[in-house]
Amino acid sequence: MKLEGKSVFSGIAIGRCKIFGKQESLVKRSKVEDTAGEIKRFSQAKEQAKEQLSVLHEKALKEVGEANAMIFEVHQMMLDDLDYVESITNMIESQNINAEFAVASTGDNFAEMFSAMDDDYMRERAADVKDISNRVVHILQGKGMGGDLGQEPVILLADDLAPSETVQLDKSKVLSFVTRYGSTNSHTAILARTMNIPALIGVDFPQDAEGKMAIVDGKTGIFILEPSAEELETYKKLKEQEQERARLLQELKGQDNVTKDGKTIQLYANIGGVGDVATVLANDAGGIGLFRSEFLYLESEDYPTEEQQFKAYRTVVENMAGKKVIIRTLDIGADKQVGYFNLDKEENPAMGYRAIRICLDRKEIFKTQLRAIYRASYYGKISVMFPMIISVDEVRQAKEMCETVKCELDAEGIPYAEVELGVMIETPAAAMISDLLAKEVDFFSVGTNDLTQYTLAIDRQNPKLDSIYDAHHPAILRMLQMIIDNGHKGGCWVGICGELGADLTLTETFIQMGIDELSVSPSMILPVREQIRNSSSK
Amino acid sequence: MKEFVYTITDPEGIHARPAGVLVKEAAKYPCNVTIAKDGREVDAKRIMGVMSLGVKCGQEITMKTDGDEEEAAADALLAFLKENL
Repeated sequence: MKLEGKSVFSGIAIGRCKIFGKQESLVKRSKVEDTAGEIKRFSQAKEQAKEQLSVLHEKALKEVGEANAMIFEVHQMMLDDLDYVESITNMIESQNINAEFAVASTGDNFAEMFSAMDDDYMRERAADVKDISNRVVHILQGKGMGGDLGQEPVILLADDLAPSETVQLDKSKVLSFVTRYGSTNSHTAILARTMNIPALIGVDFPQDAEGKMAIVDGKTGIFILEPSAEELETYKKLKEQEQERARLLQELKGQDNVTKDGKTIQLYANIGGVGDVATVLANDAGGIGLFRSEFLYLESEDYPTEEQQFKAYRTVVENMAGKKVIIRTLDIGADKQVGYFNLDKEENPAMGYRAIRICLDRKEIFKTQLRAIYRASYYGKISVMFPMIISVDEVRQAKEMCETVKCELDAEGIPYAEVELGVMIETPAAAMISDLLAKEVDFFSVGTNDLTQYTLAIDRQNPKLDSIYDAHHPAILRMLQMIIDNGHKGGCWVGICGELGADLTLTETFIQMGIDELSVSPSMILPVREQIRNSSSK
Repeated sequence: MKEFVYTITDPEGIHARPAGVLVKEAAKYPCNVTIAKDGREVDAKRIMGVMSLGVKCGQEITMKTDGDEEEAAADALLAFLKENL
C-alpha cells in the first residue's frame, strides 16, 4: 500500500511500524469531599511536572539548540498560567471533582480555544496545552510519560507527537517519524529536522499498520506499507547509497585530496547548468572543472544574448566564491543539436561541423560568449577552454578573439580579470601535437569520451560495439601519458574531465602518470577523494 | 492609568515563544497590565490569554498599565516591545 504525505526531512527508513500509544489515559470523573486536599494534590503534581519540563529543557538545549528548546520553558509558564490554574481549582471546588478530571477538562477547553484560531501556528499550540495537561494527569495517576519502544528500532507512527514526547524518545530506537497531522511548523517537524531523522506528516496510515514492514521515503514523501520484495530491494540499495554517501561526507568533507605520499590533486566537478552549483558545494568540490556552456543554447529559443550569458556565468562564479570555474566554450553539433543554428544534416556528425569549428566560422556567436565570460571573470576566478581542437592555428584564432574581446572591454571601460586559457584534448590529432599546443595555452583538459571514440574508431552509441569498447585500452592510456608529459614540458597543468576521470580503478594510475586535476560529476567527488587519499604517487 | 498603542513588527507576531518573554516582562511590575486587540482585552501576565489573542505582524495592540508603578511599567514595556516585537 502506497500512501502520500509531506516530507519534513529527507532520507530513507526501512523497518517495522510501531504506533505510538498516546496514553490519553481514561480519566474518570469522581466525587471528592476534601477539595482543599485535592487542590494540594494538583499543586504538587504541577510542581513535579515543571521539574520534569525543566529536565527536558536541559536535554533539549543540548540536542536541538536554544530556539527549539525554548518551548519547554513556555510549557512551564503555561502550567503556572493563572487562567489555567484558576480554571482547574474552580472546577475542583465548585464541582467537587477529582484533580485528574479537572486538569483534563481544562486542557481540552484551552486546546479547543487554540484550535478555533485562524492561524496555523497558533492551532499547533492546542497540542501544547494537551501535552502539559497529559503530563499532570499522568503524574496524578502515578504513570510515566511516553511509550516504551521495545528493542528493535522502529518507524514510529502517531497522530501527532508532542515536543515532550519527541525529546523523551530513545532516538536510537526510532528510524523515522510518520504522523497523520501536524504541519511543517509543528515541533515534530522541527525536531525531526534537527535530529536528522526522515519524517513525513499528513500520512493517513491504517490502524492495523502496527508491526508491519514499511518504507519511508523522505525525499518523495511516500510511505509504503507492506512493500513488495522488489520495492524493498530498490529501497535497500538507495539506502545503502545514502549511507555510503553519508559516511564519505562524514569522513571526507573538508579533507584535502592528497595522496599517502603527500601529492595534492585538484578535484573539481562537472556541471551542466547554474542549478548544479548547490550539489557541487554540498559535495565539497574544489572548483568546477567543466562547465558545459551548451545548456544556455539548448534551453533557449534563439541565440542567448551576452547579457543572459553574463548573468548565468556570474551567478555560478559568485556562488563558487573564489574557487576556480572552467567554462568550456560552446560545444554544439554532433549529438547536441539546436534548431535556430540551422545546421545542415550531416552523414557523420561526430566528425562534422561542431564546437570550435562553428565558433571560428560564425565568429559573432563566439564573440558574444567570450564577452560574457570575460565580463563575469571580474566576479571570481574563471578559466576558459576550447573544445574539439585539432590544430595550433585554431588555438591561435581563438586566442586572437579573446584579445579582441579584451580590447573592446577596455575601450568600453568594462572590468575583467585574468582568464586562464586551455584546450580540451579530445582528438588524436590534439594528443599528437600536444607538445605544440602546450606552448599556446595554460592547461589541458582531456575529454576521454570523444578521445576514446575517435582513437578506437568506435561509435559509443552503437550497442553492437559494446563488447569491443575498452575504456582502459592501452592506446588511450599511452596517449594520456604523452599528453601529460608534453603538457608539463610546455608549462601546462593537465586534467581529465571525461568519464574516465571518475573511474576509481584508474585513480592511482592517473596520479602515477602525473595528472594534476580530475573533474568528475558532483556525486563522485567524495569517492574519488577517498581513492586519492589511499593512493601513492610513485 | 497609562495607555499606549503599538504595532507589532516581528514577522512571526506574538507567537508562543515571544508571548512567554512578554509575560515574564509584564510580571516584573506590581500594577495590572492588559493587552487588547480588536476590542478583546486580556491580562498581560497570563500566557494563555496573550497567546489566545493570536497577534500577527502588522497588527495593533493597546497596552494599559494601572496601579503601582504604572508609569515606569508603561515606559519599560513600550521599550521592550520596540526592542523585541
